[in-house]
Amino acid sequence: MAFEPLLTRNVGRPGSEAIDAYLASGGYQGLKRVLREFTPEKFVEEVKSSGLRGRGGAGFSTGMKWGFLPKGREKPRYLCVNADESEPGTFKDRLLIEKDPHLVLEGIIASAYAIECNLAFFYIRGEFHQGHRIFQKAVAEAHARGYLGRNILGSGFGLDIIMYRGAGAYICGEETALLESLEGKRGYPRIKPPFPALVGLYGCPTIINNVETLANVTLIAERGAAWYAAIGRPPKNTGPKLFCLSGHVKRPGVYEAPLGVPFLELLNEQAGGMAHPSRPLKAAVPGGSSMKILPASKCDVLLDFDSLAAAGTSLGSAGGIVMDTGTCIVGALLNLARFYAHESCGQCTPCREGTGWLVQILVRLERGDGRMEDVGLLADIAGRIEGNTVCPFGEAIAWPVDSYVKEFREEFEEHARRKACPLRAAAGR
Amino acid sequence: MTIPVHPETDRRIDDLLARFPQKGSALLPALYLIQEERGWVSEESMEYVAGKIGLSPAFVSGVVSFYTMFHRRPVGRHHIQICRTLPCALRGADSLMAHARSRLGIRDGETRADGRYSLVSVECLGACDRAPFLQINDREHGPVDPAGLDDILRRLE
Ligand SMILES: Cc1cc2nc3c(=O)[nH]c(=O)nc-3n(C[C@H](O)[C@H](O)[C@H](O)COP(=O)(O)O)c2cc1C
Ligand code: SF4
Ligand code: FES
Repeated sequence: MAFEPLLTRNVGRPGSEAIDAYLASGGYQGLKRVLREFTPEKFVEEVKSSGLRGRGGAGFSTGMKWGFLPKGREKPRYLCVNADESEPGTFKDRLLIEKDPHLVLEGIIASAYAIECNLAFFYIRGEFHQGHRIFQKAVAEAHARGYLGRNILGSGFGLDIIMYRGAGAYICGEETALLESLEGKRGYPRIKPPFPALVGLYGCPTIINNVETLANVTLIAERGAAWYAAIGRPPKNTGPKLFCLSGHVKRPGVYEAPLGVPFLELLNEQAGGMAHPSRPLKAAVPGGSSMKILPASKCDVLLDFDSLAAAGTSLGSAGGIVMDTGTCIVGALLNLARFYAHESCGQCTPCREGTGWLVQILVRLERGDGRMEDVGLLADIAGRIEGNTVCPFGEAIAWPVDSYVKEFREEFEEHARRKACPLRAAAGR
Repeated sequence: MTIPVHPETDRRIDDLLARFPQKGSALLPALYLIQEERGWVSEESMEYVAGKIGLSPAFVSGVVSFYTMFHRRPVGRHHIQICRTLPCALRGADSLMAHARSRLGIRDGETRADGRYSLVSVECLGACDRAPFLQINDREHGPVDPAGLDDILRRLE
């Protein structure tokens, strides 16, 4: 299917990260249009009517979120860009940050104008050294050309951006943990409500948006909500989307397509199919490691928020992880359980303790010391974590456990029955 | 009082204190400055930075221990971080780690006695399309197979 790349239009051109290349391809025209033709309120309405939904994981309407800010102006408002990108299987924001930082920056400036914010924070995960260097340079370039600073392009609107590096903690991608981290503290998620739109950074009204969400704002600024809302599967799944594919796929990478592209088309046509022709698809997680798994028989799905919800999983961060028939599902879940046990911030007992128990049980099943009751125990523990924690990290572990066991129960039971990993036994390992 | 950091680092921390709407935000970037200078964050420098920002040393220590990228003891000159999470594991992260261990003669989490190398397995580095992926200090490498790791190490030597 032919689709004009929008988010990745500059990716692949040499020097695409420099402001001159960006300007030469028509960059910052959208921002000019917004500053000239829209009041802040009007641009919030424009983004609302584009149908844009957040690309960070939850898929909430961006314009609506902006609309939750309090009317009064007693306190400053802040925009925090979520560039923490730590969900296993996800590497799309990295691509935008490194290859087209000005596309993101233009969206940040237009969004800050819309929400009447004069100071934005760019919170980038500490491991993205290269991305940090590139984005910092882009910010300096934008300042030098008058796209940032006190009086942007003579509009009277001013914005500064502070770069802030995380330091190795998955949980800081959760929006309230990110705020705590920005305040120089441990990344402990806050209890909501109050929501950050009312009480956020330094107790002030704050909007947190994902990198890719803000790049989409640039597109809306350039060509308008009506044009944007026709892309994808309107009315509720509009716009282009970056999809990541990793694992047992021939060409792992980031692929751009409109929301609603069939998963199998992306896998087979764009990414070249499976890595090993002799080992077909066994299962895939379309939305990043925290989302539910789909066995191959259920992979004939459209990739958008509502289609995936109907299929029993979520679009999440669009971090697609592909597994072939050589994959041990128990081993895959053990790997993820270790991840979550390591990354739990430790505030809530069910999450802190539960993730540790899950690891213990999965280790024993994998080693061949497991019992039949262990299979039920996994789902039982997941059920007790879900809904009983401060932040959605609880679901991020409960959902994979629940779905891996439900969809591949036979394989878990076989581990207990045979007292060994059947796949390892078959491979003579 | 003598300060445990270079005067230039001290000055840069003063700049940080002025940059943020609230001083507390300066803590993470200040810790990075100290670690850049020293390679790690000592008890003494935690006390120093606590004093600069107006925090208790216990609070600073709690923050340092929360984040995996702050080192509370020296690491190797080449700090090798191999990703272990599912997408990398599906493409051979385990055998890469096993090779690194035997080649360097240290276990996961250890620093070699000569101080040249440290080795640690880390969680998803957001580069799963280049799996198996690793970082050495702030440089990225991927995909890396065992022979590729040998090449990289040879270039470091
Ligand atoms: C455990 C956890 C980790 C998260 N990690 C990220 C992340 O790395 N990047 C991100 O943009 N959003 C992440 N989120 C979602 C954010 O909390 C938030 O919803 C998002 O940044 C909002 O931006 P959006 O509306 O533009 O999508 C995470 C959420 C949870 C619960
Ligand atoms: S659910 Fe887990 S990660 Fe979230 S606040 Fe509780 S302990 Fe921390
Ligand atoms: S799993 Fe290794 S970089 Fe993501």
